[in-house]
Amino acid sequence: MRGSRAIALAADRGAGGVTKELLTLRVNGDRRTVAVEPHHTLLEVLREELGLTGTKHGCELGECGTCTVLVDGTPVLSCLTLPALVGDADVTTIEGLATGTALHPLQIAFAEEGAAQCGYCTPGMLLTAKALLDATPRPTRGEIAQAISGNLCRCTGYTAIYEAIEKAALQSKGSQSV
Amino acid sequence: MSEFSVIGRRLPKVNSWTHLTGEARYADDLFLPRMLYGRLLRSTRPHARIRRIDVSRAAAHPGVVAVVTGADMPAKMGIMPSTQDETALAVDKVRYVGEPVAAVAALDEDTAYDALSLIEVVYEDLDPIFTIEEALEREDVKIHEEARRANVFKEVHLSFGDLDAGYAAADHVRDDWFFFEGNTHAPMESHSAVAQYGADDKLTLWTSTQVPHYLHRELEKVLGLPRSRIRVIATPNGGAFGGKSDPFGHEFAAALLALRTRRPVKITLDREEVFYAHRGRHPVKMRIRTGTKRDGEITAVHYQSWLDGGAYASYGIATTYYTGALLTVTYRIPAYKFDGVRVYTNKPPCGPKRGHGTTQPRYGFECQLDKIAEDLGLDPLEYRKRILQPANSRTVNDLRITSMGLGECLDALGRATRFSDRRGQLGRGKGIGIAGSAYISGAGLPIYWNEMPHSGAEIRIDRGGGVTVMCGTAEIGQGSDNVLASVAAETLGIMPSDVHVVSGDTSLAPVDLGSYSSRVTFMAGNAVKDAATKLRSRLLAVAAERLEVPADRLLSAYGRIYDRADPEKFLPFADAAVLAESKDGPLVAAGSYTPPKGIGGTFKGAGVGPTPAYSYQAAVAEVSVDLETGTVTVDKITTAHDCGRALNPANVEGQVEGAAYMGYGEIIGEEQVFRGGLHKKPSLLDYKIPTSLDTPALEVIVVESVDAEGPFGAKEAGEGPLNPVIPAIANAVYDAIRVRFDETPITAEKVLDALGKRDNRGFAKSRIGPDGLGDGKADPKRALRRLAASTDARERKRTS
Repeated sequence: MRGSRAIALAADRGAGGVTKELLTLRVNGDRRTVAVEPHHTLLEVLREELGLTGTKHGCELGECGTCTVLVDGTPVLSCLTLPALVGDADVTTIEGLATGTALHPLQIAFAEEGAAQCGYCTPGMLLTAKALLDATPRPTRGEIAQAISGNLCRCTGYTAIYEAIEKAALQSKGSQSV
Repeated sequence: MSEFSVIGRRLPKVNSWTHLTGEARYADDLFLPRMLYGRLLRSTRPHARIRRIDVSRAAAHPGVVAVVTGADMPAKMGIMPSTQDETALAVDKVRYVGEPVAAVAALDEDTAYDALSLIEVVYEDLDPIFTIEEALEREDVKIHEEARRANVFKEVHLSFGDLDAGYAAADHVRDDWFFFEGNTHAPMESHSAVAQYGADDKLTLWTSTQVPHYLHRELEKVLGLPRSRIRVIATPNGGAFGGKSDPFGHEFAAALLALRTRRPVKITLDREEVFYAHRGRHPVKMRIRTGTKRDGEITAVHYQSWLDGGAYASYGIATTYYTGALLTVTYRIPAYKFDGVRVYTNKPPCGPKRGHGTTQPRYGFECQLDKIAEDLGLDPLEYRKRILQPANSRTVNDLRITSMGLGECLDALGRATRFSDRRGQLGRGKGIGIAGSAYISGAGLPIYWNEMPHSGAEIRIDRGGGVTVMCGTAEIGQGSDNVLASVAAETLGIMPSDVHVVSGDTSLAPVDLGSYSSRVTFMAGNAVKDAATKLRSRLLAVAAERLEVPADRLLSAYGRIYDRADPEKFLPFADAAVLAESKDGPLVAAGSYTPPKGIGGTFKGAGVGPTPAYSYQAAVAEVSVDLETGTVTVDKITTAHDCGRALNPANVEGQVEGAAYMGYGEIIGEEQVFRGGLHKKPSLLDYKIPTSLDTPALEVIVVESVDAEGPFGAKEAGEGPLNPVIPAIANAVYDAIRVRFDETPITAEKVLDALGKRDNRGFAKSRIGPDGLGDGKADPKRALRRLAASTDARERKRTS
C-alpha cells in the first residue's frame, strides 16, 4: 500500500454495518476525498461515489476488461483493484481522456471508423489503446491485437477497432514520421 | 457524384460521441435520489415444487426495505401472447437452475445480497428433463402441465408442392442428420432496470431492452397498472443480439419493489445471472433429406427439426417456424416439407439470438449442399449460383421475393477469394469453404394481432431549424439512432449531426415494435422517411414561393433549399422552417410503415417467414487445422452481403464484421451446456467469446441490390451475415481434413477424435455428428446426483 490516507470514519456506516473510511484519490487530475467501504473496489468507488459512470462493468471478475482505467498510465482492471492500494497515483478514466474540450485522437478515430457499436467496451478499449500508443506510438496490427486482447468486444469483430487505433497512431503528435 | 448528401457516406454515428466520452447513460449508470438496490434470489434446483418460501428473516434484516415473491405477481406473462407460460418470479414451481424466485430491495447492494441468504425456500425435487429425447418420451414428468404430449411445447407440420413426385424425379437423394449446439448472446452489458413510482401514481422504467413497447404491455398485465400510467424508456443497450427482447423477471421485480416502497429501485444482473436469463440459440437436432437431379437441381427437400427450448416459451413458437420457413428463399425448391418440434427441458429458456431460428437449419442445409456438390462433382460456388431462387418470384411456401443479390454475393466472393481455384488445392490441414444465406428485413407480422402500423415516427422542426426525430426503436448498438437521423437528414436536406433522436421512450415516441428481427432500417427507416417527406413538402412549398421557383425544381441538401438550375439561388433550411410555421403552424409530422399485404401465404403458420425484403449473403472461410493438437484456426472470413443499399457503409461493414465474428465464436467454441442442470460455464472466463487474438481477419464486400421498397433501397445488415459463416467454416474444415462436422461447435477434442488421435485407439472418422434421435433413456436420478456432486464441489472450493 503506498501512501493511502484511509481514516476510519466510525460515524458513517453502510447498511451492512461496515465502517466507511475516508480516502483521497487523484482522478483525471482532480483530488477527490470520499468515504468508502474498504472492501469496495475502485470500480465501485469511481461509479458510485465519484459519479464517474463512464467506467463500465461487464463481469466484476477480471474476465472482460470493460472496467479498464489507467493508473499512472498503466491499464488496470478497476473491478479487481482496491482503491486504498492506488494511493497517490494518477487515475485516468474515460472522462479524463479528452484534454479540456479537445477530444483525444483515439476518440475521433473511433467515431470515424465506427469502432464503437454499442459503446459498452469502448471506455476500457480506448484507455487500453491510449496506454499502447503512449508506449508504442506506431504499433503493428499484431501489437494492437495483443494489447487489446484483454478487452472483450462483442459487437465489432475488432476490425474497426484496429483501423481506428492505426488511424489515431498516424495522427497523434507523438508519432514519428516513417 | 452521388445523388445523395447523406446516404452512402461514412459519417460518424450521431450517438458515437456519447459512447466515446463516457457520457452515454446505460441503465446501470442511473442513480436516482433515495434509490434502493435490488437483488434476485434464484433457484438452485432444475425442477422442483416450492413447498414453502419464508422471507421474514430477510425482511427484518437491517437495511432491507422490501421483499417480494412470485405470489405477489402471479399473472402469466411472456413475449408471445399465445404461449404465455412464465411468471415474473417463480410461483409454486421452479423449472431451471437460476430461475428468479424472490427479490429484495435494500439501502445498498451488499445488504440486498446478504438478505438473499436469509430467505428460506423449501423445495421438493421433481425428476428433471435435460434432453430433447427425454422430453419427447417422458409422459410421467411434466415441466408444464399444459403440454399435451409429454413435454412438447409446439409441433408444426407444413407441406408444399408434391414431395413424392420430387423424390421420384430425383437422381440423387441425401439424408443427413445435424446437431447445432446452443449458445448465448453474452452482451458486454448485463441486463439492468431502474424503476420509479411517483406520488402521481405513474411508473417509469428505464431498462436495457430491445422491445420497450412489448414490455409496456406486459407490465400492465403483470402489475395490474393501466398502461396509461406506465412509461418505459429503453436505455442505450450495451449489446443485446436478441438477448434483451423478452420481458424479464428483474424488470417486473424492480417495478413492483418501486411500487411498494415509493422509492426508485435498481436491479442489475451480474454476469452469472446473464447466463441464466439466456433466451439464446436453441440446441437443434435436424434431419434433412434432399433430392436432386444429376446436375444438382433440387427436386424436393424434407426438413425436420427438434428444438431444445429450455424451461419456457420465450419466442419459441416463432423460433420453431423459423427453423423451417426460410430455407426456401435462397435456392429453387419445388417441393418442401417441414416438421418441427420444440420441447421443454429444465434449462434456462432459449429464444432469439441473431439469426433467430434460421442459423441452425442454414448450417445444416449449406453443409448438405457442400456434400451434394461433392457427390455430383460440382464446384460448390458455381453449383449454388446455378440453383438460385430468382428475384421477383414466389417460393414454394408462398414467400414473396423481391430484390435478390445472392448471385452477386457469390460472384464477388469468387473474385475476391479465388475460391474455385483454391478449393481442394491447399494441402492437408488447410481448407476453404463457402455457404450462402438469407434473412428477413423485419418480420411481416407483429407478435400480437393488430391493424396498427409496425413502425411510427414523429418529426418536429424547431424555429432554429433543429430537427427532432422520435421513434420507439431501441438503440442496441446496431446504429438504429443513426439510421433514423440519416434518413431524416437525407430527406430534409440537412446533416445527421443536426438531428436530435429520441428513441425507445413509450411516452415521447410513437410505437415501433422494437429492435428485433432486423426490422429497424427497413420499417422505422420507412416511417421516418414518410414523416420527413411530409415536412419536406411544406418546406419546399414556402421556399418555392419565396424563391419564385417551381417546387419541383427545388432540391434540399446541406441545410439549403435551392434551385437545381441555379444552386446559388437558395433559402437556408432554418428560414424555410420559420416561413412554414408562420404559414401553417408548428412543423410536426407523423409517419408510419406497415408491410404490404400478400407477402406470404394464408395457411396456418404462414405468419412466420414473410418480410418486405430478404437480405442475402454468402461467406468464404479459410482455415488451418493443426493435425497434432486438433486446433482449428480460422485465418480469414470474407463475407459478401446484399443490404439493398448501404445507408452508411461504415455501419453496414461493422454489422457484417460483427456478425462474422459472432458466427465464428459459435462454431469454434461457444456452447451453453449443462451438467445435471447446472450451467457448466456461466462466466466470461469459461464461456469463451473470441478475443482479438482469436478473431480471424474479416473482410466485407457490400452488394447493393437497391430494394424497391426499402428506405433509399436499404435492407437489413445485422443478422443475416452471421448465418453463412458457420457452414462456411464447417465446409472449410472438410476441405482441410476430409472430416464432415455435422455438429457444432468444432472443438479441438472433436477434431482429434475424428483424426483418431484422442485416445490412441486410432479409429479415424470421416464424420462427427448425430445419427438420429437418442432413445431418451437417460437416468434423471443420475443427473440429479451429478448436480449434487458438482454443487458440493463448488461449495468446498468456495469455503476452502
